[in-house]
Amino acid sequence: MKAKKIAVLGMLCAIAMVMSYLEHFIPTPHPAIKIGLPNVIIVFILYRIGVKEAAAVSLVRVLLTSILFGSIGSSLPYSLAGAVLSLLIMVALKQCKVFATITVSIAGGIMHIVGQIIVSCIIMGTAEIAYLIPALAVTAIISGALVGIAGNLLIKKVKKI
Amino acid sequence: MSDFIKKHKFDVILIGSIALILAIILAVFAFSKTEGAFAVVTVNGRQSAVYPLDEDLVVKLTNGDGYNILIIENGDAYIKEASCPDKLCVNQHKIRYNGETLVCLPNKTTVKVVSNVDGETDFIS
Repeated sequence: MKAKKIAVLGMLCAIAMVMSYLEHFIPTPHPAIKIGLPNVIIVFILYRIGVKEAAAVSLVRVLLTSILFGSIGSSLPYSLAGAVLSLLIMVALKQCKVFATITVSIAGGIMHIVGQIIVSCIIMGTAEIAYLIPALAVTAIISGALVGIAGNLLIKKVKKI
Repeated sequence: MSDFIKKHKFDVILIGSIALILAIILAVFAFSKTEGAFAVVTVNGRQSAVYPLDEDLVVKLTNGDGYNILIIENGDAYIKEASCPDKLCVNQHKIRYNGETLVCLPNKTTVKVVSNVDGETDFIS
Protein backbone atom coordinates (compact mmCIF):
# COMPACT_ATOMS: atom_id res chain seq x y z
CA MET A 1 0.00 0.00 0.00
CA LYS A 2 2.74 2.42 0.97
CA ALA A 3 4.91 1.59 -2.04
CA LYS A 4 1.89 1.98 -4.28
CA LYS A 5 1.16 5.41 -2.87
CA ILE A 6 4.74 6.55 -3.41
CA ALA A 7 4.63 5.28 -6.99
CA VAL A 8 1.32 7.06 -7.67
CA LEU A 9 2.55 10.34 -6.18
CA GLY A 10 5.80 10.10 -8.17
CA MET A 11 3.81 9.59 -11.34
CA LEU A 12 1.50 12.52 -10.57
CA CYS A 13 4.54 14.68 -9.83
CA ALA A 14 6.02 13.71 -13.20
CA ILE A 15 2.75 14.66 -14.95
CA ALA A 16 2.75 18.02 -13.16
CA MET A 17 6.34 18.63 -14.31
CA VAL A 18 5.49 17.77 -17.91
CA MET A 19 2.59 20.20 -17.63
CA SER A 20 4.82 23.05 -16.44
CA TYR A 21 7.08 22.35 -19.42
CA LEU A 22 4.23 22.20 -21.96
CA GLU A 23 2.78 25.40 -20.53
CA HIS A 24 5.66 27.37 -22.10
CA PHE A 25 4.25 26.59 -25.55
CA ILE A 26 0.73 27.85 -24.87
CA PRO A 27 0.45 31.45 -26.05
CA THR A 28 -0.92 34.00 -23.53
CA PRO A 29 -1.38 37.80 -23.77
CA HIS A 30 1.87 38.32 -21.85
CA PRO A 31 4.83 35.95 -21.40
CA ALA A 32 4.66 36.37 -17.62
CA ILE A 33 1.08 35.04 -17.59
CA LYS A 34 0.70 31.29 -17.37
CA ILE A 35 -2.38 29.10 -17.12
CA GLY A 36 -1.05 27.09 -14.21
CA LEU A 37 -1.64 23.63 -15.64
CA PRO A 38 0.37 21.82 -12.91
CA ASN A 39 -2.27 23.04 -10.48
CA VAL A 40 -4.74 20.61 -12.11
CA ILE A 41 -2.68 17.80 -10.57
CA ILE A 42 -2.31 19.56 -7.22
CA VAL A 43 -6.08 20.16 -7.01
CA PHE A 44 -6.69 16.53 -7.93
CA ILE A 45 -4.33 15.24 -5.21
CA LEU A 46 -5.86 17.65 -2.69
CA TYR A 47 -9.34 16.17 -3.23
CA ARG A 48 -8.55 12.55 -4.03
CA ILE A 49 -5.52 11.73 -1.85
CA GLY A 50 -4.83 14.31 0.84
CA VAL A 51 -3.39 17.62 1.99
CA LYS A 52 0.06 16.34 2.99
CA GLU A 53 0.46 14.56 -0.32
CA ALA A 54 -0.59 17.64 -2.29
CA ALA A 55 1.94 19.76 -0.39
CA ALA A 56 4.71 17.20 -0.97
CA VAL A 57 4.05 16.87 -4.70
CA SER A 58 3.75 20.65 -5.12
CA LEU A 59 7.08 21.35 -3.40
CA VAL A 60 8.96 18.56 -5.19
CA ARG A 61 7.46 19.71 -8.50
CA VAL A 62 8.57 23.32 -7.97
CA LEU A 63 12.06 22.27 -6.93
CA LEU A 64 12.58 19.88 -9.85
CA THR A 65 11.13 22.18 -12.53
CA SER A 66 13.34 25.02 -11.30
CA ILE A 67 16.41 22.78 -11.53
CA LEU A 68 15.48 21.33 -14.93
CA PHE A 69 13.90 24.21 -16.85
CA GLY A 70 14.87 27.34 -14.91
CA SER A 71 17.64 28.29 -12.59
CA ILE A 72 17.67 27.86 -8.82
CA GLY A 73 18.69 31.47 -8.23
CA SER A 74 16.24 33.27 -10.46
CA SER A 75 13.10 31.18 -10.80
CA LEU A 76 12.92 29.10 -7.60
CA PRO A 77 12.04 31.88 -5.09
CA TYR A 78 9.12 33.06 -7.25
CA SER A 79 7.70 29.60 -7.94
CA LEU A 80 8.17 28.51 -4.33
CA ALA A 81 6.41 31.55 -2.83
CA GLY A 82 3.58 31.18 -5.35
CA ALA A 83 3.20 27.45 -4.74
CA VAL A 84 3.23 27.74 -0.93
CA LEU A 85 0.72 30.61 -0.75
CA SER A 86 -1.56 29.01 -3.30
CA LEU A 87 -1.47 25.69 -1.45
CA LEU A 88 -2.24 27.36 1.90
CA ILE A 89 -5.32 29.16 0.58
CA MET A 90 -6.55 26.07 -1.31
CA VAL A 91 -6.26 23.88 1.79
CA ALA A 92 -8.00 26.53 3.92
CA LEU A 93 -10.91 26.92 1.49
CA LYS A 94 -11.23 23.18 0.95
CA GLN A 95 -11.46 22.61 4.72
CA CYS A 96 -14.40 25.07 4.84
CA LYS A 97 -16.28 22.42 2.82
CA VAL A 98 -18.67 24.99 1.32
CA PHE A 99 -16.63 25.96 -1.74
CA ALA A 100 -16.60 24.29 -5.15
CA THR A 101 -13.37 22.97 -6.68
CA ILE A 102 -13.38 25.82 -9.21
CA THR A 103 -13.49 28.44 -6.45
CA VAL A 104 -10.65 26.71 -4.61
CA SER A 105 -8.59 26.66 -7.80
CA ILE A 106 -9.31 30.34 -8.60
CA ALA A 107 -8.22 31.36 -5.09
CA GLY A 108 -5.08 29.26 -5.54
CA GLY A 109 -4.32 31.02 -8.84
CA ILE A 110 -4.73 34.48 -7.33
CA MET A 111 -2.52 33.67 -4.33
CA HIS A 112 0.10 32.21 -6.68
CA ILE A 113 0.40 35.63 -8.31
CA VAL A 114 0.37 37.45 -4.97
CA GLY A 115 3.24 35.23 -3.76
CA GLN A 116 5.31 35.88 -6.86
CA ILE A 117 4.73 39.64 -6.70
CA ILE A 118 5.73 39.72 -3.01
CA VAL A 119 9.01 37.94 -3.84
CA SER A 120 9.58 40.31 -6.79
CA CYS A 121 9.09 43.29 -4.47
CA ILE A 122 11.62 41.86 -2.00
CA ILE A 123 14.19 40.95 -4.67
CA MET A 124 13.83 44.23 -6.57
CA GLY A 125 13.80 46.25 -3.34
CA THR A 126 10.71 48.19 -4.39
CA ALA A 127 7.02 47.90 -3.62
CA GLU A 128 6.00 49.45 -6.95
CA ILE A 129 5.39 46.15 -8.69
CA ALA A 130 2.48 45.46 -6.33
CA TYR A 131 0.27 47.60 -8.56
CA LEU A 132 0.39 44.78 -11.13
CA ILE A 133 -1.59 42.50 -8.76
CA PRO A 134 -5.15 43.58 -9.78
CA ALA A 135 -4.55 43.15 -13.52
CA LEU A 136 -2.80 39.80 -13.02
CA ALA A 137 -5.52 38.67 -10.60
CA VAL A 138 -8.11 39.11 -13.37
CA THR A 139 -6.15 36.73 -15.57
CA ALA A 140 -5.76 34.41 -12.56
CA ILE A 141 -9.55 34.21 -12.20
CA ILE A 142 -9.89 33.07 -15.82
CA SER A 143 -7.01 30.59 -15.74
CA GLY A 144 -7.98 29.41 -12.25
CA ALA A 145 -11.49 28.64 -13.51
CA LEU A 146 -10.07 26.65 -16.46
CA VAL A 147 -7.77 24.72 -14.11
CA GLY A 148 -10.71 24.13 -11.74
CA ILE A 149 -12.89 22.73 -14.56
CA ALA A 150 -10.07 20.41 -15.66
CA GLY A 151 -9.40 19.38 -12.05
CA ASN A 152 -13.10 18.70 -11.49
CA LEU A 153 -13.24 16.44 -14.55
CA LEU A 154 -10.21 14.51 -13.33
CA ILE A 155 -11.66 14.16 -9.80
CA LYS A 156 -14.95 12.83 -11.25
CA LYS A 157 -13.37 10.41 -13.76
CA VAL A 158 -10.70 8.99 -11.46
CA LYS A 159 -12.65 7.78 -8.44
CA LYS A 160 -10.04 5.64 -6.78
CA ILE A 161 -6.26 5.74 -6.67
CA MET B 1 -30.14 29.52 -12.34
CA SER B 2 -31.45 30.28 -8.84
CA ASP B 3 -30.79 26.64 -7.94
CA PHE B 4 -27.22 27.13 -9.05
CA ILE B 5 -26.86 30.24 -6.89
CA LYS B 6 -28.43 28.48 -3.88
CA LYS B 7 -26.13 25.49 -4.27
CA HIS B 8 -23.03 27.62 -4.75
CA LYS B 9 -23.96 30.54 -2.50
CA PHE B 10 -20.52 30.80 -0.88
CA ASP B 11 -18.67 30.47 -4.19
CA VAL B 12 -20.76 33.23 -5.75
CA ILE B 13 -20.19 35.50 -2.73
CA LEU B 14 -16.43 34.89 -2.60
CA ILE B 15 -15.62 35.09 -6.32
CA GLY B 16 -18.16 37.89 -6.81
CA SER B 17 -16.62 40.05 -4.11
CA ILE B 18 -13.08 39.41 -5.37
CA ALA B 19 -14.17 40.36 -8.90
CA LEU B 20 -15.93 43.49 -7.61
CA ILE B 21 -12.89 44.65 -5.64
CA LEU B 22 -10.63 44.06 -8.67
CA ALA B 23 -13.04 45.93 -10.95
CA ILE B 24 -13.09 48.91 -8.58
CA ILE B 25 -9.28 49.00 -8.25
CA LEU B 26 -8.79 48.72 -12.02
CA ALA B 27 -11.43 51.41 -12.64
CA VAL B 28 -9.65 53.74 -10.19
CA PHE B 29 -6.36 53.01 -12.01
CA ALA B 30 -7.93 53.70 -15.39
CA PHE B 31 -9.58 56.99 -14.37
CA SER B 32 -6.64 58.34 -12.39
CA LYS B 33 -4.33 57.91 -15.38
CA THR B 34 -2.36 61.11 -16.03
CA GLU B 35 0.57 61.64 -18.33
CA GLY B 36 3.89 61.68 -16.52
CA ALA B 37 6.88 63.93 -17.03
CA PHE B 38 9.89 61.89 -15.93
CA ALA B 39 11.19 58.33 -16.17
CA VAL B 40 12.85 57.25 -12.93
CA VAL B 41 15.33 54.39 -13.23
CA THR B 42 15.79 52.16 -10.19
CA VAL B 43 18.60 49.58 -10.07
CA ASN B 44 18.98 47.19 -7.12
CA GLY B 45 16.31 49.17 -5.26
CA ARG B 46 18.19 52.45 -5.60
CA GLN B 47 17.18 55.33 -7.79
CA SER B 48 20.00 55.64 -10.32
CA ALA B 49 18.80 58.14 -12.92
CA VAL B 50 15.94 60.41 -13.95
CA TYR B 51 15.18 61.27 -17.59
CA PRO B 52 12.58 63.78 -18.82
CA LEU B 53 9.99 62.17 -21.10
CA ASP B 54 9.76 65.16 -23.46
CA GLU B 55 13.28 64.61 -24.82
CA ASP B 56 14.00 61.63 -27.07
CA LEU B 57 16.76 59.47 -25.65
CA VAL B 58 18.60 56.18 -26.03
CA VAL B 59 20.48 54.99 -22.96
CA LYS B 60 22.10 51.76 -21.83
CA LEU B 61 21.20 50.85 -18.22
CA THR B 62 23.74 48.46 -16.77
CA ASN B 63 23.76 46.35 -13.63
CA GLY B 64 26.85 44.16 -13.38
CA ASP B 65 27.01 42.10 -16.58
CA GLY B 66 23.38 42.77 -17.45
CA TYR B 67 22.02 45.65 -19.48
CA ASN B 68 18.73 47.11 -20.74
CA ILE B 69 18.54 49.64 -23.54
CA LEU B 70 15.93 52.25 -22.61
CA ILE B 71 14.37 54.36 -25.35
CA ILE B 72 12.36 57.51 -24.79
CA GLU B 73 10.44 58.51 -27.90
CA ASN B 74 7.46 60.89 -28.33
CA GLY B 75 6.80 60.84 -24.58
CA ASP B 76 6.80 57.01 -24.37
CA ALA B 77 9.44 54.96 -22.58
CA TYR B 78 10.23 51.37 -23.48
CA ILE B 79 13.04 48.80 -23.38
CA LYS B 80 14.39 48.04 -26.83
CA GLU B 81 16.98 45.44 -25.99
CA ALA B 82 18.04 43.49 -22.91
CA SER B 83 20.73 41.01 -21.90
CA CYS B 84 18.31 38.80 -19.97
CA PRO B 85 17.13 35.50 -21.46
CA ASP B 86 13.40 35.97 -20.91
CA LYS B 87 12.99 39.39 -22.62
CA LEU B 88 9.88 40.13 -20.57
CA CYS B 89 10.82 43.80 -20.31
CA VAL B 90 11.20 44.11 -24.08
CA ASN B 91 7.72 42.69 -24.59
CA GLN B 92 6.04 45.08 -22.16
CA HIS B 93 3.89 47.92 -23.45
CA LYS B 94 5.29 51.40 -23.92
CA ILE B 95 4.68 53.49 -20.81
CA ARG B 96 3.74 57.19 -20.56
CA TYR B 97 1.25 57.49 -17.67
CA ASN B 98 2.08 58.15 -14.01
CA GLY B 99 2.82 55.02 -12.02
CA GLU B 100 3.35 52.79 -15.05
CA THR B 101 6.50 50.73 -14.63
CA LEU B 102 8.79 48.68 -16.84
CA VAL B 103 10.26 45.78 -14.90
CA CYS B 104 13.31 43.65 -15.64
CA LEU B 105 13.65 41.04 -12.90
CA PRO B 106 16.97 39.44 -13.98
CA ASN B 107 18.76 42.82 -14.02
CA LYS B 108 16.83 44.11 -10.97
CA THR B 109 15.95 47.24 -12.93
CA THR B 110 12.69 49.20 -13.07
CA VAL B 111 11.72 52.30 -15.01
CA LYS B 112 8.79 54.22 -13.55
CA VAL B 113 6.91 57.21 -14.94
CA VAL B 114 6.30 60.03 -12.43
CA SER B 115 4.95 63.57 -12.69
CA ASN B 116 7.64 65.23 -10.60
CA VAL B 117 10.94 64.05 -9.26
CA ASP B 118 10.58 65.26 -5.66
CA GLY B 119 8.69 63.09 -3.24
CA GLU B 120 9.09 59.98 -5.36
CA THR B 121 11.44 58.10 -3.11
CA ASP B 122 9.18 55.31 -1.91
CA PHE B 123 11.74 52.54 -2.31
CA ILE B 124 12.53 50.07 0.44
CA SER B 125 16.20 49.80 1.23
